[in-house]
Amino acid sequence: MHFWIIQVFNGISYGALLFLLASGLSLIFGVMRIVNLAHGSYFLLGGYVALTVIWTTGSWLLALPISALAVAIVGFVMERLFLRQLGVDPLRQVLLTVGFALLFQQAALDIWGGDSMDIKAPAVLDWSVQIGKLFLPVYRLFMIVVAGAVGLALWVVIERTRVGAKVRATVDDAEMARGVGIDTARVSMSIFALGAFLAALGGVIGGAFVGVYPGLDFEILPLSFAVVIIGGLGSLRGAVVGSLIVGLMDNFGKALFPEVAYFTLYAPMAMILAVRPTGLFGRE
Amino acid sequence: MAARSHRPILVALGVLVVLAILAPYSGPFLLRLLMKALVFGILAMSLDLLLGYTGLPSLGQAAYLGMGAYLTAILATRYQIGLGGDFWLVLVLGIVCAALTAALFGLFAMRATGVYFLMITLALGMCVWGLAYRWNALTGGDNGINLPGRPRFGLDLGHDLAFFYVIWGCFVASLGALAVLVHAPFGRSLLGIRESELRMRILGYHTWLHKYLAFVIAGGFGGLAGVLWAHLHGLVSPEDIVLTTSVDALLMVVLGGPGTLVGGGLGAAVVVFLREYLSTKVMWWQYVLGGVYILTILYLPGGLMGIPARLRQRRLQPGQRQEALAVASASIETQPERMGEAP
Amino acid sequence: MTQRGTTASGPLCLAMLVLVWSLWATLGFAAEELRIGFLAPLTGQFAQVGEDMTNGFKMYLEEVGSDFAGARVKFIVEDEQAKPPVGVNKAEKLVLQDKVHLFVGGLLASTGYALAPVSSRHKVLYIASIPASDDLTQRDKEKYPYLIRTGWSSSQPSHPMGQWACEQGYKRIVAIGADYAFGYEVIGGFQKAFEDCGGRIVRKLWPPIGTKDFGPYLPQIKTDVDAVFTLMVGPMTLQFPKQYKAAGLTMPLIGGGTSADEFALPFMGDEAIGYVTPLQYSAALDTPKNAAFVKKYREQFGKVPSYYSESNYTTAQWIHETMKKTGGKWPGAEEFSKVFASITLDTIRGPVRLDEQLNPVQNIYIRKVEKKQLFGYPNDELWNTVIKTYEHVGQYWTYNKAEFLKQPVYSRDFPPCKHCE
Repeated sequence: MHFWIIQVFNGISYGALLFLLASGLSLIFGVMRIVNLAHGSYFLLGGYVALTVIWTTGSWLLALPISALAVAIVGFVMERLFLRQLGVDPLRQVLLTVGFALLFQQAALDIWGGDSMDIKAPAVLDWSVQIGKLFLPVYRLFMIVVAGAVGLALWVVIERTRVGAKVRATVDDAEMARGVGIDTARVSMSIFALGAFLAALGGVIGGAFVGVYPGLDFEILPLSFAVVIIGGLGSLRGAVVGSLIVGLMDNFGKALFPEVAYFTLYAPMAMILAVRPTGLFGRE
Repeated sequence: MAARSHRPILVALGVLVVLAILAPYSGPFLLRLLMKALVFGILAMSLDLLLGYTGLPSLGQAAYLGMGAYLTAILATRYQIGLGGDFWLVLVLGIVCAALTAALFGLFAMRATGVYFLMITLALGMCVWGLAYRWNALTGGDNGINLPGRPRFGLDLGHDLAFFYVIWGCFVASLGALAVLVHAPFGRSLLGIRESELRMRILGYHTWLHKYLAFVIAGGFGGLAGVLWAHLHGLVSPEDIVLTTSVDALLMVVLGGPGTLVGGGLGAAVVVFLREYLSTKVMWWQYVLGGVYILTILYLPGGLMGIPARLRQRRLQPGQRQEALAVASASIETQPERMGEAP
Repeated sequence: MTQRGTTASGPLCLAMLVLVWSLWATLGFAAEELRIGFLAPLTGQFAQVGEDMTNGFKMYLEEVGSDFAGARVKFIVEDEQAKPPVGVNKAEKLVLQDKVHLFVGGLLASTGYALAPVSSRHKVLYIASIPASDDLTQRDKEKYPYLIRTGWSSSQPSHPMGQWACEQGYKRIVAIGADYAFGYEVIGGFQKAFEDCGGRIVRKLWPPIGTKDFGPYLPQIKTDVDAVFTLMVGPMTLQFPKQYKAAGLTMPLIGGGTSADEFALPFMGDEAIGYVTPLQYSAALDTPKNAAFVKKYREQFGKVPSYYSESNYTTAQWIHETMKKTGGKWPGAEEFSKVFASITLDTIRGPVRLDEQLNPVQNIYIRKVEKKQLFGYPNDELWNTVIKTYEHVGQYWTYNKAEFLKQPVYSRDFPPCKHCE
């Protein structure tokens, strides 16, 4: 019994981290049909910038908004100057964003060095709640809470505000939206920056959980894609469900079927893509 | 659809002949790089069949390279097959094995297009990587498999120059076979599917079968590259089939010029040069590689092979320019908007 | 010239000429150049490790002014990008184009396996300073007569560790390690030695390499064991102890050397205190030689040296000592190898010599992570304090070599988990 509770809890907390990472990606694809292979780089850069902020100011709390904003600016520039020219062309987007990912990787190496580093969680979060024989790390609870809050905020904005309405209009039919006077270019730009913001936030929060090291960008990328593919691109609900499914499946897969631990992510991804390419809640 | 001129292929053959003549005079390191470029070129050309001609962008071509390479290694070390005249048999087996893998994967992959196709081929490629990593008993895990030595059959392929000519021969044969294929009705149909699958289906073509066959054939050539790859380096390890290899292959096709076949070889030469030659000269070569990715996408839609056409455009009169632009973009562009089309 | 002078001046001139020429020849004009190739990942995710490797070797070269007993060292570094095929191509370039006398380095096990045949093919020495795969100098050594190893073999430190665990009174241990060959070999060696002295491994867990969330594995670690033996590499090293502690697990942590080596230690927190791991080096080794090395390295490169740096420094030193014995001249690969193997070197990590398969026989230090001040540094930092030294440890420990080689190489299933519950 104990085993199942812990595994479910672990799976959900992992899913929470994935949600932070993948929600931005899902939005970006939903709104702009952009395949962004530099998304993992945003996550990693968030972690690195956070480290710099912590080293200079000693404040973990400050690192959250600063890193997220810094990377959002990077994303903004990337979209405005480079991606916009490509239009809807997944292949070219893939290659362009991979090119940027390589540049970011090398730049990160030159700036921060290549050691495996770790963000220390603030003391207030660095303990475990004990319920009987169960130990629930508070940091994992924190990740769940943050993911929940972000998800809620996104939902409120998209479903209940005018800005959100514009976004929904652009997603549904960009041309009609333009016809009605919505500045779709600006919507796209903002969404891309938001996506980068969310990824970097994930990187700061995740940095205390997975670490900050070269190579993390390309390791975390397939995970984020697995979430949006299973949940469906462009759907917030899909991102939530997808994160939970991937988090739980990965957890239980590794615990119960260790022989195929390397496949617990990719095999289901391939299956789902084969059966229902648009994912559970996706739109195409 | 503009008629495809045979000129690029003839030029390519000319370059290849020159290479063959100069080979004995090039330094040993350069020779190895050339061999690697040619082997990668075969992989890139196989991908071009999928990408440039059928419009299917695959992020998992390295998997077929891996199948061919591992088969070669396993046969050589466990069963001592492929070290003599039976090298040619292993070559064929490598192609068949990879093609069969593609046949299996194709059943999954063909259900998707565009970005989903990218993702599913990525996932399948990673599955092969995971298998190579995990199935220690068969693949040696992360240690990889060391091949006992290059085949000898009258000719000792242990001598780089001899092996160069074998690889050169395989490259030319692959180029020839693929060229025949794309100029045949089958290839024409593929182009049609790339332009508009819906239209082709309306016209009565069995598009699924065409795409599937292209996928399997591409896999087969990937396997050929794999067999040569295994003997070129003497070692096969999971590092050979990581995601970056597939991405590099994509870059080679796009850099060289999608839909030109030959472009794949050209792109391969550039990427191999950057990764392995430039890296011996400077430390910041990775910035150059990233820059190449970005600049190619932004400014060279037709790849390097498309440069002559673009130059021609510029020299034309304005009136003629409009016409030429229309023709050129139809033949060189990879029809981006079609990628997202539902199957 | 008078008649009388010519009879003596001819031979005199000749003698003078011979004297001058021989003086000239030995003094400087014919100073030999020793070309050493070095392969390490300088870009990509292992770039830092590659840099540490290179820095170690370079530091030694600077100390002796790149002069090895009269031979001028030409040090050529190539980026192998942690991709074995690139490693092979660069090695071939070093051998064929730069005409190096020997090449050193490589990081990954697969790179070690890729470079070894290059040495056989061209009859050029390859000194593996880092790659640790057991079989390179065991079951596969005959294929690689030009391979010399100056670092370690994966299971080498694990064997004495197994005995140490018995000495602590540990009876039941859970093992958890990265799911790849290096993990199998380190844990395999520990299991064999530990079970041979009465211990039992009651569960083996294998998280895939690159695991970030140990959630699936932590609940499977039985709490009624005496210790948990880990084999973590890279970022896993940092995350495992944190997640272990957060999950409320309190059994002592022991493990393979990389689970707490100096590459990761500066970035770990208090959760690492008490971690006991074996390795042939510790930056906290309390000898004057090591203290000087650590201080100098830290001053120059800003970090405490790890075994990646030490191993390459020692390799450079060893090459130098060999050259001293050959009078500063390159004697050819076979002779060099013989002389190299005949030396028992007094290195930073202690006395090291090579066994007949050219793998090091050396001290293995059982180290415990402690937070303290050391070597005069002002702050409390994490150091790998040496708590026990096992001397003259070879790759076969106390086992009979022939018997040992009859058993298969350590793998996921070997030794089998006889006592698994």
